[in-house]
Amino acid sequence: MEAVLGVLTNPYYIQVVTMVGISLIAALGLHLITGITGQFSFGHAAFVSVGAYASALVTIHLHLPFFLSMLAGGLAAALCGVLLGFPSLRLTGDYLGITTLGFGEIVRVVFINMKITGGASGLIGIPRETNIFLVYAVVVLTIWGMYRIQNSRFGRALTAIREDQIAAETMGINPLLYKLKAFAIGTFVAGISGSLFAHMMQYLNPADFGFARSFEYLNFVVLGGLGSIPGTILGTAILSLAPEFLRFVKEYRMLIYGALMVTMMIFRPYGLLGGVDILRVLRNYRDRLKARRVTP
Amino acid sequence: MLLQQLVNGLTLGTTYALIALGYTMVYGIIQLINFAHGEVYMIGAFVGLIMVAVYKVNFFVAMLAAMAICVPLAVLIERVAYRPLRGSPRLAPLISALGVSIFLQTLVTLIKGGPNPLAFPQVIQDTVYTLGPVKFSTVQVIILVVASLLMVFLQFTVKYTKIGKAMRATSEDYEIAGLMGINVNNVVSFTFAIGAALAAAGGVLVGMYFNSIHPFMGVSVGLKSLCAAVVGGIGSIPGAMLGGIFIGVVEVMGVAAGFDTYKEAIAFGLLILVLLVRPTGLLGLPIQRKV
Repeated sequence: MEAVLGVLTNPYYIQVVTMVGISLIAALGLHLITGITGQFSFGHAAFVSVGAYASALVTIHLHLPFFLSMLAGGLAAALCGVLLGFPSLRLTGDYLGITTLGFGEIVRVVFINMKITGGASGLIGIPRETNIFLVYAVVVLTIWGMYRIQNSRFGRALTAIREDQIAAETMGINPLLYKLKAFAIGTFVAGISGSLFAHMMQYLNPADFGFARSFEYLNFVVLGGLGSIPGTILGTAILSLAPEFLRFVKEYRMLIYGALMVTMMIFRPYGLLGGVDILRVLRNYRDRLKARRVTP
Repeated sequence: MLLQQLVNGLTLGTTYALIALGYTMVYGIIQLINFAHGEVYMIGAFVGLIMVAVYKVNFFVAMLAAMAICVPLAVLIERVAYRPLRGSPRLAPLISALGVSIFLQTLVTLIKGGPNPLAFPQVIQDTVYTLGPVKFSTVQVIILVVASLLMVFLQFTVKYTKIGKAMRATSEDYEIAGLMGINVNNVVSFTFAIGAALAAAGGVLVGMYFNSIHPFMGVSVGLKSLCAAVVGGIGSIPGAMLGGIFIGVVEVMGVAAGFDTYKEAIAFGLLILVLLVRPTGLLGLPIQRKV
């Protein structure tokens, strides 16, 4: 019992688990953009960084309560998302992906060059306003929100665009408008994640939001199972914790991580939970249990 | 002054173009952004360094050796990481490519024993030639000549040889090319091989030009070359050359104009501007919408 309590209250583990939650929020935003709407975004970390810097600066300079600066972070990221999305969402597939990748790098360089963000040495002096409970409350809220979006008329329109944009258009869906809305929501969520990150780490550095980080988010979404919320949760949890579990191999850690990405894709090209409907699996299981109880 | 910057930009641009060709050819045939291509270029630079520093060979032999290592490496990468994923969802091979890229970066860091840069030994007696207002260094002349020769050779291979014809047919329509008796797997391997050879040459040339190489050099140059390929119209070979030179010149001009702190963003800014005006790049064909 004492050992369990010791693990549960170890500040390092709490930090790791909190970071998983923060990453998960951003990953859920990307899930809406890439998983549901089918639009490639290789610059998701840029929106997280915009949210992080915006909320941190609001907290530091305007002394607003955390809730409001979190909102400001989300809105700043969504504004960037719309500004980028409006001209670029008519690009398709890989072209959109590379444009967002370029946007991500530009944002990083701009943050390095700006005075107010502390430049390359980073932004310090952000008060700590987050804890594991707040993060997981936001996680639950985001998951609930994503399920609501996915199963609404709006969400079905997004899925229609992913499956066949021309067919969706003939059904009266305006693809640009819907994609833009999905982009705005997804980047808003990324900004919220960034605000939590800023007020957790109390320090921001543009180097943490490079394109490598963007691809990490993409990994979370794809390796778990593209288009599946349980898949996104599983992918984020496994990939965020993998470096912790791989700590014993020391300098070979990233070697194994890279090899793991290749092998996982080869064996499960649709992701771990790709094509698996968790709710249906659980429902079938329950039905089978019921059937067994009824038949003597 | 302007003319001088143009020459410097042209030198940088041709190295981008060499690497961009690998991206564009692979994309043209299997519609994959080969994110591990930058790492092939990095390994080419390292092989070149080892040849020059340890075996004291001259620069052309080092370049050939780099090609000889990188070609089988790229073919192997395709066999192991991409071929099993053909026909999978679009993002699967992309993630696999990123995995390969992380793997190779870490591998080279481990072998080298740290991520800090290594100095590339001066292999060519560097003299400066003056031609009117413009100064050329020997290295610049070599880069321009070697890169141009390689590009002419590539253009010849693609236009006038049997395998080149097969490449063009495969990039036009992968399935039909297979039905016409073209061994598409061989064509894909050959495409990766040519791309790797050009990238290896680019790695050695860049190592010689900037005198410094490190295990993560493939990331920044790889992304900029990818930009070059997209700016030119990904899938188009002349497009990659044009895009590479365009990006190289604009980057050098931008730095000369005082935007040196924004150096890393210039290529991407250019990319976004070009794509907004021409959504498939300068020389790319418009995407057809089929029902």
